[in-house]
Amino acid sequence: MARRSNKIAATRYPVERLTLANGLRVVLAPDRSAPVVGVAVVYDVGIRSEPEGRTGFAHLFEHLMFQGSANLEKLAHFRHVQGSGGTFNGSTHLDYTDYFEVLPSNALERALFLEADRMRGPRLTEENLRNQVDVVKEEIRVNVLNQPYGGFPWLTLPPVMFDTFPNAHDGYGSFTDLESATVADAADFFERYYANGNAVLSVAGDFDVAEATALVERHFGSVPARPAPVRPSFDEPDLTAERRQSYTDRLAPLPAVAAAWRVPDPITDFAGYLPYVVLAEVLTDGDASRLVERLVLKDRSVTSVGGYLGFMGEPFEVRDPTALLLQAHLPPGGDTDKLLRSVDEELDRLAQDGLAAGELARTQARMVTHLLRDTDAVLSRTLRMAVLEQQRGEPGLLNQLPVLLGEVTEEQIRAAAATLRPERRATVEVIPGAAR
Amino acid sequence: MSPAKVKPVKVPELVTTLPGLGPTTKLQLPKEAEATLPNGLTVIAIRRPSVPLVEVRLRIPFGRAHPARAAMLAQTLLSGTDTMSSVEIAAELQTVGGALSAGVDPDRLILAGNGLVGGLERILELLGEVLTAARYPAEEVATERARLVDHIQVAQSQPQHIARTALLKRIYGRHPYANQLPEPEQVRAIRPAQLRALHSERVRPAGATLVLVGDIQPAKAIDTAEQILGGWAIGGDVPATKWAVPPVPALAPGALMVVDRPDSVQSSLRMALPAVPRTHPDHAALMIANLIFGGYFSSRWVENIREDKGYTYGPHSAIEHLVAGSSLTVAADVATEVTGPAMLETLYELGRIASLPPAEDELEQARQYALGSLRLGVATQAGLAGLATTYAGSGLRLNHLAEHSARLAAVTMDEVFAAATTYLAPARAVTVVLGDAARIEAPLAALTPIEKAQP
Repeated sequence: MARRSNKIAATRYPVERLTLANGLRVVLAPDRSAPVVGVAVVYDVGIRSEPEGRTGFAHLFEHLMFQGSANLEKLAHFRHVQGSGGTFNGSTHLDYTDYFEVLPSNALERALFLEADRMRGPRLTEENLRNQVDVVKEEIRVNVLNQPYGGFPWLTLPPVMFDTFPNAHDGYGSFTDLESATVADAADFFERYYANGNAVLSVAGDFDVAEATALVERHFGSVPARPAPVRPSFDEPDLTAERRQSYTDRLAPLPAVAAAWRVPDPITDFAGYLPYVVLAEVLTDGDASRLVERLVLKDRSVTSVGGYLGFMGEPFEVRDPTALLLQAHLPPGGDTDKLLRSVDEELDRLAQDGLAAGELARTQARMVTHLLRDTDAVLSRTLRMAVLEQQRGEPGLLNQLPVLLGEVTEEQIRAAAATLRPERRATVEVIPGAAR
Repeated sequence: MSPAKVKPVKVPELVTTLPGLGPTTKLQLPKEAEATLPNGLTVIAIRRPSVPLVEVRLRIPFGRAHPARAAMLAQTLLSGTDTMSSVEIAAELQTVGGALSAGVDPDRLILAGNGLVGGLERILELLGEVLTAARYPAEEVATERARLVDHIQVAQSQPQHIARTALLKRIYGRHPYANQLPEPEQVRAIRPAQLRALHSERVRPAGATLVLVGDIQPAKAIDTAEQILGGWAIGGDVPATKWAVPPVPALAPGALMVVDRPDSVQSSLRMALPAVPRTHPDHAALMIANLIFGGYFSSRWVENIREDKGYTYGPHSAIEHLVAGSSLTVAADVATEVTGPAMLETLYELGRIASLPPAEDELEQARQYALGSLRLGVATQAGLAGLATTYAGSGLRLNHLAEHSARLAAVTMDEVFAAATTYLAPARAVTVVLGDAARIEAPLAALTPIEKAQP
C-alpha cells in the first residue's frame, strides 16, 4: 500500500522575552487553547554547585524555599496554590533548580505574587531546617535506601565516570552532611545563588501578554537587584581508559548494569550533540530499536534496556559535562561482560554498515511525537522554556526541536556511534544481594 | 538659593498581600462524537487540536480473567500477528510516530498509544491487525514469559508492591480482586495455546470502548474507526453474567496486620476505608472530606506527619474505583523508628475528621483544589484520553465533568461532615503495616491489637 507522508510537525508557540531592571529574565509564551497557566522560576544552581562537605544541600535548600517567605508563613504557599485550584512542586537537577505552579488561569497573579515573595527571601529558621532535613531523609529512604536499585544509575554512575567533587558526589546527600547543615549555610546559599540575576521567570498558557507583563513588573519589579554569581566550568577530561565498578544492592533480586560515554557540550556544540540524542533512540526506543531487538528479543541477555542523554534523562536541560547512558536489567545469572560485548558489536555494526531503510526516519517520527506530547502540557512548556532561556538564551528553541531532530543525518548517527568506544566508557554493575 | 526640586523616581509598589482571583473561567468541554458500531464497539472521538497528534485508548472488559494469563496476554498481544512480527509492528507504528502498549487491571484490558495525527488510520489498521490476528508465537511467548517473571520478582522486592499485595488480600479475601498481581510460578506455567484461547474468548468488541483524542474531526475519525475496526468479529453470544465481577465484600476491620520485612529502614502504612462509586450521591462530599483529611498536600494529615513531624516524604490518601466497588487507600512510608507515632497521628487525624466538622476555610480550600484539578486534568490530549476512557469504564461521558463540577461547587459542610463520619471513621479501617516486625510490633501493639501476617 502507499506509504503515507508525515512531514515533520512543529509547534508555533509565541515567545516574548524581556529582562527587568533588576536582572530577572522573563519568558512569556501565551497559548489560549485551555484555561490553564503555568508559572515557573528556574535558578541557575544545582547539585554541581554544592560546596564540598555539603552534599545534598541544593536539594535541601529547595525544600526550605517552601517553608515561608517574606510575607507568608510556613504552609501558606501550598495552601494558596491549592486553594486556587492549582498544583505546585520544585525539583533540583545537576545544573538548575525549578519551582512551579500550574493553575486555572484566573489565578495567574497569585502565582506571580507567591514566586516573587520567596525570591525576596525565604524564612530560614532552625525549626524549618530541622523539619525539612527529616523530610529529605525520608525522601532518600523511600527513593534510594528502601528500594531495590535505589539511586541506580543517576547516583551510582557519576562517581565512576567523574573525578571532581561537583560531578562525582552524591547529590541527594549523606545523612551526616544533611544533619550538619545550618541556617547560616542556607542564608549564604540564598544570597549567593538565589539572585534574581541568576533566575528566569517563565509563564505559559492562557494569558494576555500585555496584562501579564504588567503583573510581572508589579510583583517582581521591586525585588532588590542582585547579580548572578560567576558560574565555574565543571568540565573534566574525557576518559581514555575504560572504568568499571560494581556494588552489591542487598535488595536487588537481579543484576543490572549502566554504561555511559561523554558526549559533546550540549550548549556550545548543539549541532554536534543532537546526533547522540537521536542515536539513543535508534538504539533503544521500542521493539524495533537495535538494542531491544538484539538483546531483549533475540539474545534474551536483558529483560529491559533503555538509552538516554543526561544522568537524569533530560537531553535539552543539561550542561556540559554530560553523557549518553545505556541502562539494562538482566535475567538471573546475567553476564555483564557478554552484554557489553554485544553492545559493542551493535555499535560497530551501526558505525560501519549504517542504518536500515527507513530506520532513521521512523525513529525521528517517534521522537517528534514525544516532543509534541510533552509540549502539549502547559507545565512542560513553562519549565522547558525557562531552562532553555537560562542555559542558552533561546526559549523559542522548543518550537524548533522537532525540525532540528529531523535534520540529523545517517552519517552523523554513524559517526556518533563510532565514538562510543570501550576506552571512553564508564560502567557500573549492580550485584543482586537478594538473588533467589 | 533654594535647592532644585528633585523629581521622584517611580518605583513599583511592594505587594505584601495575596492578590484576589480573577474571574472564574468556564469549564469548556471539547467537541465530541460517539457511535456504537454494529459489532458492539463504542467509539468516542474528541477534538483537541493543541498539537498535531492523536491519542488512542481501547478498553476491553476483562473482569475475572485469570490474573497470570491476563498479564501474559497483555505482555504478548503485540508479539506478532499472522502477517507481522513484533519488530515489524513496532517499526510500522514508529513510521507514523506511533507506539502501542497493552496493560491489564482487574476489570479491563487496555491498549494505549499515540502518534502523529496523520498516522491515525495506520495506527488503527495495526490495532485491528493485532485484535483480529494476534498469534502468540511460541518463541516470543517464551521470551516475554521470562521477562514477566523477572519483572514480577523485581516488583516483589519493592515495599510498595508487597504492602499493596498484603492489603488487597486482607480487604478482598476470596473475592477475585484479592489477586491482582500474579505470582512467578503462575506465569511460568502459561503456554501459548492458553493465550490464544483467552484472546478468542475475551478480546471482543462487545462492551469495548475506543477513545480517540487529538487534532481530529470527530465525525470523520469515527468513520475511519468504523471502516477499519467494524470488521472485528463479534464472537459467540455470552450471557451477561458469565464474567460479571461480584460485588466486593464489606470491609471487615480487625487487628492491624504486620507484614515482616527484616531490616527495613521504613515502614509502609496502608489503610483501606470504604468509598462510593463516582455516580453515588455521596461521592462529591467524600472527595472533599478525603482532601481535607489527607488527599492533597494542604490536608491535615500531610501537614501533620510531613510538614510538622517530618515522619514521611509523600503520604497520600486516594479513592480507587473498580467496577465492583470503590475503596479509599491511605498510604505513607515512614521511618522505622517513628512507625508508632506516625500511626498515632494517622488515627488522630482520621478520628478528628470523623468526629468534628471541618472549618469553613478548609472546606473552601479543598473545594477549589478539586474544581481546579478537573480543569488541569483535561488541559492536554493525553489527560482527556485518560479521563474519557476512565469515565467510559463507569458508563460515563465527558459531560459528567460538568455535573461533577456542579456537585463539588454545591456540596455543603453538613454533607462533608456526614461523609467523613460515614467513610473516614478509623474504626472502619483495615490496616496493614509492612516493616521490620522486631522493631515495630511493640509500638503498634500499644495503639491497637495486632496480628502477624502468615508468610
